[in-house]
This record gives sequence, structure tokens and C-alpha cells, in this order.
Amino acid sequence: MVSLKTTIGKLELKNPVILASGTCGFGKEIKSLIDVNKLGAIVTKTITLNKKEGNPPPRIAETASGLLNSIGLDNDGLKDFLFEKISYLGKLKIPVIVSIAGNTTEEFTKLTKEISKIPCIKGIEINLSCPNVIHKGTKFPLLAQDKKATEAIIAKLRKVTKKTLIAKLSPSVTDIKEIAKAAESGGADAISLVNTYPGMLVDIYTMKPKLGAVTGGLSGPCIKPLALKCVWDAYNTVNIPIIGMGGIMTSGDAIEFILCGASAIQVGTANFVNPKAPLEILEGIKQYLKEKKVNSIKSLIGKLKNNEK
Amino acid sequence: MKQFYAKVISNQRIAPDHFILSFKTPHAMAKKVKPGQFFKIKVNNSSKPLLGRPFSVHKAGNNKIEILYKIVGEATRILSTKKSGNILDILGPLGNGFDTGLSGPAILVGGGHGVAPLVELAKKFANHNIKPVVFIGARTKKHIVCDKDLRKLGAQVHVVTEDGSKGRKGLVTELLKNKITGKNLKKPVTIYACGPKPMLMAVGKLAKDYKIPCRISLEEYMACGIGTCLGCAVKTRGGYKMVCKDGPVFDAKEIVW
Repeated sequence: MVSLKTTIGKLELKNPVILASGTCGFGKEIKSLIDVNKLGAIVTKTITLNKKEGNPPPRIAETASGLLNSIGLDNDGLKDFLFEKISYLGKLKIPVIVSIAGNTTEEFTKLTKEISKIPCIKGIEINLSCPNVIHKGTKFPLLAQDKKATEAIIAKLRKVTKKTLIAKLSPSVTDIKEIAKAAESGGADAISLVNTYPGMLVDIYTMKPKLGAVTGGLSGPCIKPLALKCVWDAYNTVNIPIIGMGGIMTSGDAIEFILCGASAIQVGTANFVNPKAPLEILEGIKQYLKEKKVNSIKSLIGKLKNNEK
Repeated sequence: MKQFYAKVISNQRIAPDHFILSFKTPHAMAKKVKPGQFFKIKVNNSSKPLLGRPFSVHKAGNNKIEILYKIVGEATRILSTKKSGNILDILGPLGNGFDTGLSGPAILVGGGHGVAPLVELAKKFANHNIKPVVFIGARTKKHIVCDKDLRKLGAQVHVVTEDGSKGRKGLVTELLKNKITGKNLKKPVTIYACGPKPMLMAVGKLAKDYKIPCRISLEEYMACGIGTCLGCAVKTRGGYKMVCKDGPVFDAKEIVW
């Protein structure tokens, strides 16, 4: 028997496959397509303190092996989450991680405090890196591009919650190592890498941007090599676990991330292509461990071999 | 709603750029499919194109579904090469569909290949002995599809082309206006429309001006098809709604154009 157990902060996951935020709603939406309880964990769509309308359409455009989106954190806010979404999430047998975002540090704090009161929520993923919203606490386009703001906000949230805190960072930075370090210093239990890459596409016939919001975030297979490097760089810098993601479509992709230092992985865009992808990835990881005669996924984390050897 | 692998039964060219593809469905699915619902079809195993594409139900039959599509890009070009026996990765049926508690009289308005889902709708009307009036508008004669099918279902079909190569020259909305302002319009009538956005906007406006209920089927770029990605947003009086889950059929007066 191979062990797929992995640890993220205070969370013990039965396997390393996690559903990424914004690609599985609040669990209920996908229940007829995939048995979520077979996975390691689920991260909800990002919630904000107040209802957020989201960005003007079109919100989606496809590019070569990639998906560009500008949803703009469209969600019904904390109150709706507490009254409408929790009941289904509470029935799940796997850890539920709630993704949160705020316009200000106060909003992040209030969200964290409220969510920490809910027993069925096991972790909080702090979305510091959505390319489709602007935060008031920094002069940078993204919170996660500002190491001081990143550290400060996590330190503040660390004080108000005992739940596992995961900082979701942006790959669109000069040096991911510095930001990863800032998240660790602030007291994050883990970091999620990567959010989407800021990007844009143009319709040459109308001569207009393909997205209503002009720019958006790029995901899918085309970002995998870029995301892998971020995970590898962060792995060599921090001592907290890394949740790797970015274009994972197959178990092979997932194993690449684990070898580069990811303790767990998230499946995002692949859910839109094939709702069963997370289960297929899980099965593929099991097969790989058997073939390689590795009895625990933990012993694979960061085991990228040196070229000379 | 299910994810399933389906065998292609046939894939035939019916006009220079238009095809009808028919695929087998899991047991009992086709019978329950509502007109206006759609299926998301992944056209190959590669990441180019990455996402499945939505296609509305043209006809639902005995354990089979037909879709009518036009080649508009890479995904539909690949789809057009599929042969009988090929396997497709399909998600569906998706969306709400047109109302099923149908009562007449009805006016159906289709623009270009947007007329495709109106055939299944007309079939439902025919089952209730309702013979709808149908207006089909297209750029040229070559772009007119479904007119014969609709006539066979007992519908009174009027064709209009932008260049006058078939039927009257002009826009479908001009014919619609004549009809709804005409003397022999039986009321209460409902308009059902599918086609390009500018046409739907014009149809919606006419319906509003003459206080006629109007149901329109919208299209938007989408990723998931099930309401998780929130990508296919359309602005309504009640805020953004999702074409895949809340639609694709909307009450025209709800839409903020």
C-alpha cells in the first residue's frame, strides 16, 4: 500500500489532490460530476465581505493551451456564504478551505475572524493575488507583489485565527523567493503557488480587447513551466509547505510539481475541460508511486535530482 | 447532467459552412432533453482547443441528439472532420431550455444558424398541435438552414436575406414588426428567438414596445458550462446571470443590453 497522506500546516490530507479556488464553486455545483470526498481537500470560490458583482463580460477568452479570465471575484459575500453555502460544505468528508479576499486589511481580518468560528472550515486561503481586483493596502497592482504588505497582512490574520492559513501568491513578481519569505515570516502555515498570470488578448477584427475588463489572468497548460519554476524557487527558500498549481492537467504534471517541492497540488482549469480530471490525476499518482516503488508521497516532495548525478 | 463518451452517428454538411452532427446518448437522456438546452463537446484530446464548446440541441430523438453548427473557428473545423464511429467527450444536457408548458400561438425568430434550437422547439409545439409562425433571417441564401424542417412540422415559415438572394430582402425584425402590428395577430402570443446579439436586441425591443412576452436564447464565451467558473456572465436587471446555468434562455425584458 502506498501512502498518499500529506500535511499542510495543521491539516492532514488523505491525498495531495485539491480542487482549486474558482473552479469548483462551493462543492455543490459539481456533485453530480465528481465524488469530491475522494480528494484531498477543496478550496472554495473566493468570498469577499460584501457581495461583489464581478467584471463586465466577456469574462473568458481562450488562447493556445490556455484560458484567460477576468471574473472579478463575482460572489455573494460573507453573509450568503454563512447562510447558503456552509450547509453543503459541512456535509463533505474532506477538509474545506475557504478562499478570502478583501479590499482592505480590515476586511481580510473580519472575514478571517468570522470564518474561524465555523468548525467545518479547516483552512483559509488568503487570496493576495487575484489579477482582476485592486487592493487599497498597497501601491502595487497586486498585494502579493508587495512583500511588506504581504507580511503585514498575514501577521495580522495570524493573530486572529488558529486555522491553517495559506497565502496564495502571484507569479507576476520580480522575485518569488522574497514574497514567499515574507509570507512565511508573517506566520503563514503554507503558500499556494501560483495564481494566474496577468495577461490580455486582442480581437484584431473589432480591434478591441477580448475581455470586457481589458486584462485578465492566464491559466492552463501554457503556464505550467512558469509555475513549476516558482514552486521550485520557493521550495528552496522557505520551510513551510507549498501547494503547487498552474496548468496541472495530468498526474504527470502533478508529479512534476511534487518533485519541485509541492506538498500538495491544486487542479483548476482542468476541471473546466474534464470534471473528472482530479480523480484521474489521483489515480495516476498512485500508479506512479507503485511503478517507482515509492511507498509514500511525502518522500517524493522536492526530490528533483541533480543533473550531474 | 452527465459527462459521457458518445459515438458519432453521422456528421453531414448541409450548407457550405454548416453541418449536422448526430451522436448517441446514454439511455433515456435524449427523451428528457428540453429544447434550448445545450451540450458541451470536447472536440479532441489535446489542449488546442482547450475547452469544450457549447452546442444547442437541434433535434432530440431516440437515444440520439443532433446539433447543427457552422464552422466559425478551430474547434468547429475539427468537429467537422468527425466521422461516424468517432468518440466525443460530452457534458450535458446543460442550461434551462425554453419553457415546456407551451401554449400557442407562438412566433419563432431565428437568425443564421441560431435557428437550430428552434426546430426542436417547433417539434414540441407540433406535439401540442400548435403551428408557430417562423421568421428566419440570414445573410444570403447559402446561410438559410432549417426552413424545410420547420415547414414539415407545420410551421408557417418566412425567409428574409440581407442580400435578397432568397425570400424578402432585409432584416428579420422588419417581418416580425409587420406581423405583430398586423390585424390578424392572435393573442396572447409569445416570441421565441435565437440568433446574433444585435438581432435578439432588436427582437427584444419590439416585444417590449408591443408588450409581447419574449424568450431569447443567448450565447456567451464559457468555460465550465455548469455555473462554477462564472465566466459566461450576462447583465440582467437582477445583476449578472450565467448563460450556462441561469440560461441560455432568458426573458428578453430582463436583459440589460
